[in-house]
Amino acid sequence: MAGSTPVSLTADPPAGAAATAAPRKQVRFSPTREAWRRFRRHRLAMFSSFVLGVILLAVLVGPLIWRVPINEIDFASKLEGPSWAHPLGTDDLGQDVLARLLYGGRISLAVGLAAMLVACSLGVMIGAIAGMSRGSIDAVLMWLADLFLSLPALPLLLLIIYLFRDSLKGVFGPEGGVFIMVVAVIGGLRWMQVARLVRAQILSIREKEFIEAARALGASPGRQVVRHILPNALGPVIVAGTIDVAAAIIAESTLSFLGLGFPPDIPTWGRVLFDAKDTIDIAPHWALFSGAAIFFTVLTINFIGDGLRDALDPRRVL
Amino acid sequence: MPDTLLDIRGLKTWFKTDDGMVRAVDGVSLHLDRGETLGVVGESGCGKTVTARSVLKLIDMPPGRFEAGQILWQGRDLIPLSAEEMDKIRAREIAIIFQEPMTSLNPVYTVGYQIAEVLSQHQALSRKQAIEGAVEMLRLVNIPNPQKRVHDYPHQFSGGMRQRVMIAMAMSCKPKLLIADEPTTALDVTIQAQILELMQEMKDKLGMSIMLITHAMGVVAETCQRVVVMYAGKVVEEAPVEALFGNPRHPYTQGLIRSIPRVDRGAGRKERLEAIPGTVPSLLNPPVGCRFAARCKHAMDICVREMPPLKEVGPGHRVACVL
Amino acid sequence: MSRQYVIRRILLMIPSIFGISVVLFTVLALAPGDPFAELAANPAIPPEVAASLRAKFGLDDPVWTRYYHWLLAMVQGDWGFSFASRINVETLILQRLPTTLVVIGAAQLLAILVALPVGVLAGTRPYSIFDQIANTLAFVGFSLPTFFTGLLMILVFSVQLDWLPMVYRADIGGTGWSWLWEQIKQSIMPVMVLGLFQGASLVRYVRSAVLDVVRLDYVTTARSKGIGERAVTIRHIVRTALIPVVTLVALQMPVVFGGALVTEQIFRVPGIGSLLISAMLSNDTPVVMAVTFVLSCLVVFFNFIADILYGWLDPRISYR
Repeated sequence: MAGSTPVSLTADPPAGAAATAAPRKQVRFSPTREAWRRFRRHRLAMFSSFVLGVILLAVLVGPLIWRVPINEIDFASKLEGPSWAHPLGTDDLGQDVLARLLYGGRISLAVGLAAMLVACSLGVMIGAIAGMSRGSIDAVLMWLADLFLSLPALPLLLLIIYLFRDSLKGVFGPEGGVFIMVVAVIGGLRWMQVARLVRAQILSIREKEFIEAARALGASPGRQVVRHILPNALGPVIVAGTIDVAAAIIAESTLSFLGLGFPPDIPTWGRVLFDAKDTIDIAPHWALFSGAAIFFTVLTINFIGDGLRDALDPRRVL
Repeated sequence: MPDTLLDIRGLKTWFKTDDGMVRAVDGVSLHLDRGETLGVVGESGCGKTVTARSVLKLIDMPPGRFEAGQILWQGRDLIPLSAEEMDKIRAREIAIIFQEPMTSLNPVYTVGYQIAEVLSQHQALSRKQAIEGAVEMLRLVNIPNPQKRVHDYPHQFSGGMRQRVMIAMAMSCKPKLLIADEPTTALDVTIQAQILELMQEMKDKLGMSIMLITHAMGVVAETCQRVVVMYAGKVVEEAPVEALFGNPRHPYTQGLIRSIPRVDRGAGRKERLEAIPGTVPSLLNPPVGCRFAARCKHAMDICVREMPPLKEVGPGHRVACVL
Repeated sequence: MSRQYVIRRILLMIPSIFGISVVLFTVLALAPGDPFAELAANPAIPPEVAASLRAKFGLDDPVWTRYYHWLLAMVQGDWGFSFASRINVETLILQRLPTTLVVIGAAQLLAILVALPVGVLAGTRPYSIFDQIANTLAFVGFSLPTFFTGLLMILVFSVQLDWLPMVYRADIGGTGWSWLWEQIKQSIMPVMVLGLFQGASLVRYVRSAVLDVVRLDYVTTARSKGIGERAVTIRHIVRTALIPVVTLVALQMPVVFGGALVTEQIFRVPGIGSLLISAMLSNDTPVVMAVTFVLSCLVVFFNFIADILYGWLDPRISYR
């Protein structure tokens, strides 16, 4: 509809004409700035970024400041509600809930981030190969993606942990083993969406003229993908990645909640909730705070993901 | 005094966007009389589609709004009407067909259903009668084997046939005015001719008036009695068709006519196809003066300062230009 | 809808089930150690059964043979013998499957009943107050993990208010209306937890689908026919927006099963989800394998249903 060329090619704008607004300030049009501008308008996303930042800070720096040990057992003060000594109360062994949540948060968030990285790298790679090769390789990869999509994630996750838990413990130690397994499986079951996105982008872009031009100039397929195609696909992938983090955090918490995640002494948020659930009637604070930690983290990530979608992959309604 | 069916006066349809108010239609006045075909021409983005859709109030009202003006249908202003009252006018008095026959029909319903839907809305008919009416309409638009095809889905028709179905649907309640928004732009040239012929046939048979929106001057020359030329949301020239082509007064109109490829001339003398330099001005911050001034060979100071009003330069011929 | 479309879809299920079985079996084959170590150690298993199990699983045969035998057994319905419960696995599963299906079914129904009208209203009035609230609530809904919601519900409804029972019992006595009422009371919470979680993401899908459709030309055409906004919304917008929504609902089934797993644990519903967990905790491998296989087959089956529904709703598809 509207072009954005200056008003007149031949005449200068009349001085002091109040009716015409002065020609719009010619800001250098850059996609990142546009995206940031759109993100800023999503109020919930902005607010969530702030809250998530606080959570991240708390989890990273908190244990250094709040130096109450996470496993100091003190039966005398067990299952107490919030107090000055223990702002989030204590659990059934008298351990400080705040300290445990701060510590466990590192692991929960690390799992989320790592799983997302696994999913995205796998997805980008497979999607790029599928998109660039076409023919039978593409067909096979897509069939594989469909297959993985119809695998029920949680049962499979549980199955793999059930089968491999002991052996990995032997090699990497209890926490390391479980961490690797959880990250690998959660990430390994989420590459499909990213792969599809990347493949779709490649298929739509590879026929465009500027790719033909690059090809004519001798760019190898790899170079074509990396320099020209992937930057365009980045937007939806970032959005998918954000959602992956949230999904991974929920997956890990679910595992821990079912008692099948990290070893019992590691206070990931799901594990704390698992411990708390049996005494929820007499000590609701314990379960509520740990559940709230998961909830708010996931909620803020989801809102940020929505904001990123508006910013990078907008569907303009108005 | 000819019988004026539609009288648009000073219509301003604006759209609120993130970047400001887009003045898609910014003070457009035109009228259409009974029994005539009015052509509305202009390049993409000049506001002709928005004008057409404004008549039936098919604009999304949250971003869009009627800033000013009146749309008089047989003397009655449509703008203040409620949705229910508009529904009585839609299809029954004024019908509209769109540019893209591929996407203008709902893919999940048969064409018979979609035509019958209009019929049963405005007439008390049983389901059977409505389908029969649909068959009749298909026959009217020369679709072969209508009894069978009435149960087919849109994707089973070709583009030209789909446009015929659209026409059938629009005509089913015998409206007085058909607004055709670029009905042939998306079709092959040979099909174009057929569709235009069909519309003419309908016009004669049903005594209908047509408002034909297009950017193809050739089509206008063939089918219209009067023409309105729009540019950047405003009317720049309005004339009977012979006067417009014989004596175009506005530089934009002249440019449009000159840019029609002419097989007879070009072949012999190897003329360059003339294009109008420059681009359409922004509708967000339209210039205060004449909007064509930036691209006009004859632009003068006064053109940039003031918007020239439409002035009469001949019988039924008005131009918005100082020349 | 053409018959060959249906047949083709049925035939397509086979490679999927095949593929899934390969994945499951590979996972099992790769697992170190002897998952059937229990066999030898468990005194409750009669030695003949142990021997036949080993033979059936061909633990000493090459992988291909083992896979073939296992697959054959699965297909024939002979799913092995449960170490923990001492009955045939297939009996065990068939006992508990209906409960899971009922809970999931009711939850999906609830989700659709809530999400469809809300999503349509939000999509047809984008950025309105209703839309903003619905959107935000939807986000809250699917950011709340099901186990947390479940616990909260138990806290409020069972502990504080004592309206609903905390634990699901399969053996509630009584007949007729009182049995039904008890059944409903104990099912409300698990169904609501699952249903609202699903409903929240469904609201966004429906809204998104409606937004996609609303801008299409044929909606404007419908409006220009003067049939009234309500008819336009129901006959033209919803009907066509349903198509991608149906697909999405079916593709969500793997996630729903995961959610059911958690819900069954919290509320102790005796379905196959809780069966899986207890089997894992007691190292009951045949049950674990069989349940995972059944769940995967169910997912394939629901994908099939989705394809059929899609073909039924969209005439363009099935005429190919």
